[in-house]
Amino acid sequence: MGYFDSFADFVAMGGHGPYVWSAYGVSLSVLLWLVLRPIGRRRQILRQLKRQQRRQVTAAVEGRNSPT
Amino acid sequence: MPSTANRTNRSAAGQGTGFGAILIRDLLIAFRHRGEMANPLIFFVMVGTLIPLAVGPDPDRLSQLAAGIIWVMALLASLLSIDGLFHSDFEDGSLEQLLVCPKPLWLLVLAKILAHWLVTGLPLTLFSPVLGLMLSLPAKGYGTLVLGLALGTAALSLIGAIGAALTVAIRKGGLLLSLIVMPLYMPVLIFGASSVQQAVQGVSASGTLAILGALLAFSLLLAPFASAGALKVGFNG
Amino acid sequence: MASFYQWFHRMGSPRWFYEKSGRWLPWLAAAAFLLIGTGLIWGLVFAPEDARQGNSFRIIYIHVPAAFLALAGYYVMAVAGAIGLIWKMKLADMVMKSAAPLGAALTFVALFTGAVWGKPTWGTYWVWDARITSMLVLLFLYLGVMALQHAYNSLDTAARASALLALVGTVNIPIIYKSVDWWYTLHQPATIKLTGAPSMHPDMFRPLLLMILGFYAFYALVLILNTRAEILHRERRTGWVQSLSE
Repeated sequence: MGYFDSFADFVAMGGHGPYVWSAYGVSLSVLLWLVLRPIGRRRQILRQLKRQQRRQVTAAVEGRNSPT
Repeated sequence: MPSTANRTNRSAAGQGTGFGAILIRDLLIAFRHRGEMANPLIFFVMVGTLIPLAVGPDPDRLSQLAAGIIWVMALLASLLSIDGLFHSDFEDGSLEQLLVCPKPLWLLVLAKILAHWLVTGLPLTLFSPVLGLMLSLPAKGYGTLVLGLALGTAALSLIGAIGAALTVAIRKGGLLLSLIVMPLYMPVLIFGASSVQQAVQGVSASGTLAILGALLAFSLLLAPFASAGALKVGFNG
Repeated sequence: MASFYQWFHRMGSPRWFYEKSGRWLPWLAAAAFLLIGTGLIWGLVFAPEDARQGNSFRIIYIHVPAAFLALAGYYVMAVAGAIGLIWKMKLADMVMKSAAPLGAALTFVALFTGAVWGKPTWGTYWVWDARITSMLVLLFLYLGVMALQHAYNSLDTAARASALLALVGTVNIPIIYKSVDWWYTLHQPATIKLTGAPSMHPDMFRPLLLMILGFYAFYALVLILNTRAEILHRERRTGWVQSLSE
């Protein structure tokens, strides 16, 4: 497998495994969080808008039906 | 220094830039609140007392740390006092007057900064040998300490003014001000503390002091304009 | 020239940017994913290990690109801030606001990976090395801009104040770097000698190049995503955003 003899060798990283994997783990989680955060925010805003619109529509319908 | 200041404000008043008027006004206000004026100084000495209590009274160790400690203390004292640079003016509405005043704002800001330095930076500088004695700073360091602090505290006042202007309209802006300004203070601290260390080690500190002077000149060039711009921005919000 | 102004003006319209950038996103995402994915596998699995540092040197493949983008990101933020300040362009304000947390996160990644890399290489997590210290100061500068951004209630004031601070920071960054550098050579400890990349082997360097390019694409992608979310948030009462959610 590439430069390493076996998968176990790859994981061990010549004894530097904990350092390499913690560095990569934390960094990739930060990168992932950076991408997911704005996507989640966009979804939340759109969902809120939809709810608001539905409320407005129901309010308008009720306003038309209610006897004045 | 006071005599130069006097001369400047007389000539400035003659041109009617408002520089002298602001300078005299701020100095008068500071003089009427003498108690407040002493606060940064008391802070400076008190923290200087904390260090031996924390590190131990060993003169050898203290003399090694003295240059750095005094400079950090001076920086913190300057930082604590810069918060008030525009604050009282903001609260009583006179800052608004300055902003609508037809005189160039950066000049008025420069006058306020100069006044601030005269009532905080200069006393700190003059007082620093006492702190040097308390922390057993070697005799060779005193001249450079005073000279460096004179240049350095002026630069600190100028840089701090930008932060003070940016945070003037924010309630409880004091802590925020420190966060903003401290990274900008670092070059001054580095060269200031190093100059004293060089002098103590018997190396000529003139080059380092020259860099400190250059930093002062650079902030003199930049800070009044940046602070004036920041005041305009902060005031609209 | 006239067409340039037209383009510039349209660029400033958040709606135009939102619609246009939606088409760029898949390409950017694909580029970032492919470049970073290839670079990662190449760097982790196929690149030879460093003769002196062993396999811990593989951390370089995220450390250096993150540090690159952290610094470049500050200039992106400052330039966007300047454009917003001078031409009062709302879109630039939003780009600037989005760039600050992104840059801070990348600075954190660079610092964290540097610390973890330091342990097996120099035997300690933290050294007051010139570059590490400068990186830490850069993080402080980012945090300052973010704190100021959040302190104001008015969006316009927040944008202008933090843009001004970012510009002052930009002027200061070279001075800070130079002085930290000078400070470090003055105090350089004799026992620890830090050499960055002593003549990298091409097999090691090529994946690094891929990773740097990938990080650029990633940076652009996240910046645009953040800006789009910010646009939606600020323009949520306008007709075009309202019609988006229908």
